[in-house]
Amino acid sequence: MNRVSLTLAATLIAAAAAVPFADAKTPPNLLVVAKNIDDIVSLDPAQAYEFTSGEVVANIYNKLVEYNPAQIETVVPGLAESWKISDDGKTITFKLKSGVKFASGNAVRPEDVVFSLRRVIVLKKAPAFILAQFGWTADNIDQMVNKVSDSEVSVSIAENFAPSFVLNALAARPGSIVDEKEAMKNAKDNDLGNAWLSRNSAGSGPFALRVWRPGESLVLDANKNHAGGAPKMNQIVFNHVAEASTQRLMVESGDADIARNLGPDQIAAVKDKAGIKVETYPQAALHFFSFNLKHDKLKNPALWEAMRYLIDYDGIANTLLRGQMKVHQTFWPSGFPGAVEDKPYKLDVAKAKDILAKANIQSLSVDMDMISSAPFTDIAQSMQATMAQAGIKVNLLPGTSAQVITKYRARQHEMMLLYWGPDFMDPHSNAKAFAYNVDNADGSPQSTTTWRNSWAPADLSARTRAALVERDAAKRLDMYRDLQRDVLKSSPWVMTFQAQAQVALRNEVKGFIHGPTNDLVLYRNVTK
Amino acid sequence: MKGSAAGFLVFLRGVATLLVTLAGLLFATFIIGRVMPIDPVIAVVGDKASAETYAQAREEMGLDRPLWVQFGRYIEGIVQGDLGQSSSSGQPVIEDIARAFPATLELSVLAIIIGICVGLPLGVYAAHRRNTWFDHTARVLSLFGYSTPVFWLGLIALLIFYAQLGWTGGPGRIGTAYRYTVQEWSGLMLVDTLRSGDWHAFRSAFSHIILPALLLGYFSLAYIARMTRNFMIEELNKEYVTMARIKGASETRVLWHHAFPNALVPVVTVIALSFGHLLEGAVLTETVFAWPGLGLYITKSLFSADMPAVLGGTLVVGICFVLLNKLTDVIYPLLDPRTRNR
Repeated sequence: MNRVSLTLAATLIAAAAAVPFADAKTPPNLLVVAKNIDDIVSLDPAQAYEFTSGEVVANIYNKLVEYNPAQIETVVPGLAESWKISDDGKTITFKLKSGVKFASGNAVRPEDVVFSLRRVIVLKKAPAFILAQFGWTADNIDQMVNKVSDSEVSVSIAENFAPSFVLNALAARPGSIVDEKEAMKNAKDNDLGNAWLSRNSAGSGPFALRVWRPGESLVLDANKNHAGGAPKMNQIVFNHVAEASTQRLMVESGDADIARNLGPDQIAAVKDKAGIKVETYPQAALHFFSFNLKHDKLKNPALWEAMRYLIDYDGIANTLLRGQMKVHQTFWPSGFPGAVEDKPYKLDVAKAKDILAKANIQSLSVDMDMISSAPFTDIAQSMQATMAQAGIKVNLLPGTSAQVITKYRARQHEMMLLYWGPDFMDPHSNAKAFAYNVDNADGSPQSTTTWRNSWAPADLSARTRAALVERDAAKRLDMYRDLQRDVLKSSPWVMTFQAQAQVALRNEVKGFIHGPTNDLVLYRNVTK
Repeated sequence: MKGSAAGFLVFLRGVATLLVTLAGLLFATFIIGRVMPIDPVIAVVGDKASAETYAQAREEMGLDRPLWVQFGRYIEGIVQGDLGQSSSSGQPVIEDIARAFPATLELSVLAIIIGICVGLPLGVYAAHRRNTWFDHTARVLSLFGYSTPVFWLGLIALLIFYAQLGWTGGPGRIGTAYRYTVQEWSGLMLVDTLRSGDWHAFRSAFSHIILPALLLGYFSLAYIARMTRNFMIEELNKEYVTMARIKGASETRVLWHHAFPNALVPVVTVIALSFGHLLEGAVLTETVFAWPGLGLYITKSLFSADMPAVLGGTLVVGICFVLLNKLTDVIYPLLDPRTRNR
């Protein structure tokens, strides 16, 4: 018995040692990405609203108009080769490129465009609100989006919004064009193909979905029918690796070509390693903390101002976050058209104390909800220490992301440490979130930061609305610049940092595009 | 005839116990899920969804109905073999579990084999050589295995054996090159690669599983060795052992033929418990090794208040524990004749 046991155990250990590691290099025409992909719920562009699904959808589908990640000032033609705006600004007619095919081999038709935009509104899934802003509803969508000819589609909007706003919103994820024939072939129970598209693809982009195994991996195959030519990589394999240290080991060993979720410690460890390069990409996500004005003790604007001087912006960015974020203090991210780069605030405890004393605010104690993972924990602890120096006691309430957001949506927090990413590349996306609230009632929940923190600034709301309908593009951007400066000066939140994605790549990987949002992470030009 | 009727009654009683246990387990989990401060709808639609989208999703998830109706409908679904739809993966729970459970089962079986093969002899000899260097070493090894954070040990093991020495495969269940070439049959990667006849794929699968299996095996053997040592010390102090020695039995015979079979009875319970915990899924090990198992699935589901997934996972774990209990009940009489007629 004992001899048998020992022999068995020894054999197992010997076998482990004897098996050489055979997976040390990825094949030349296959790109392996180590990434946490367990946020995916659906890959249907009418439903996908998570980081990873956004990235996958961006590589599978085309839109009428798209962004060039290298130059995000304005949209460029996608499936549409040109467009005409009516005199009243309420209708845009798109002319489709000829000869473009879906991965299935079906031609891209105006009917596909009408079908795709209509299903977003009818299905009413998470990203529907982006297109619903045009005044589109399930009842009127058939009048708003129409086939004009065999190569033209017209898109109408309910109000005379700025054309740039409409184009920016159409370039967002729900503007992805789906192969109607494929989707409807697999439709069930009037779902317009939603269940099937959650796990399959029907796009015209450079890649097509081969397989998605939740919590394990996702594989994209090159689309041989892609109008721009098939990409160099035959396959992109996303391996689900939740742990950053494990991702680091994989990219070091050559088991992965790209590691996507490395923290400051892992980046520091790999940046000087032979065969690996680290690249940094500015992101659109902004980090901030806010005060809920349902609490009287948080309503004083002097408190908001003092708090702006109680953050060690540079210390957190340089020491704790080490390149993963940069200081940014306005509500529209740096690098985007119309962004204001002003950074008037820095850590100044004496000044903060002075402001608090003049406002007669003494020994305040406040609870701050936060997500219990990096970078929130690091930022929160630093804030807690510097605010204590001015007599403000911050009690940290860590929770899971879902838990924190549940509380936030119910307006049950006092202080909240969170981040915000624009839903589409137009200043209105963030202006609406940080400067607009015309209905502050409990019974009318809105997904804006203003409503969630019970702040209803009438003047800013009116100006946000005015900027939305301004037809002069340059003047419109000036209006958003003014809004940013005013919100920066006085609002119940403090904008602190803009995220930067740090990615480790094997040296041989070229042509990887990582734009400021997940919708602009593109693999079509990758070579090895 | 009488005997078979009595046997049938015992069987029926067993089935009823199983059903009541599982129903209680599901009900408790269901209630806990509902009092958690997480809105499952937000976990699905995100925090920016419109009120209209939110309301529609809530209705689709059945959360607009009274609690007892929700639970009743869930049980009704289970009876029909439908565990519902996971809100966090968007897939049927039964498919998710069919993918995650074999991964955990494969790892657990290998780990428990290592735990038994090393832990039992280690515990027996540590008891036999009490307070010698061997005993102290075994105890330190056990204590280290029992008290070291698995997360840290996993990362260190990966760093040394995978990244530095290249002796083992890395995270995941098999190399990327083989992942979609092997036809899935049982969900057990070692079995499926063997069945496919692709020796290279089998080696890749083995090289990926061996490190997490050794690690979990180490934690199991630490517990098994510690408990075996205690039970063996107890047996070795009894009179029948002294009598066997007086009669001139060799020390090996005394250990393995006389004392060990008696110590083995409680050790079986220890092994069953250890295996049960492995089947729950070792969350941290699965995280470090990117092993898509049940523990990770349940934990992730719990964090997003994905109750169909949590309940499905709990049901599987509950069934495993009940079956393991039944298995130990079957094994006891084989090891201890005194329990045969109880």
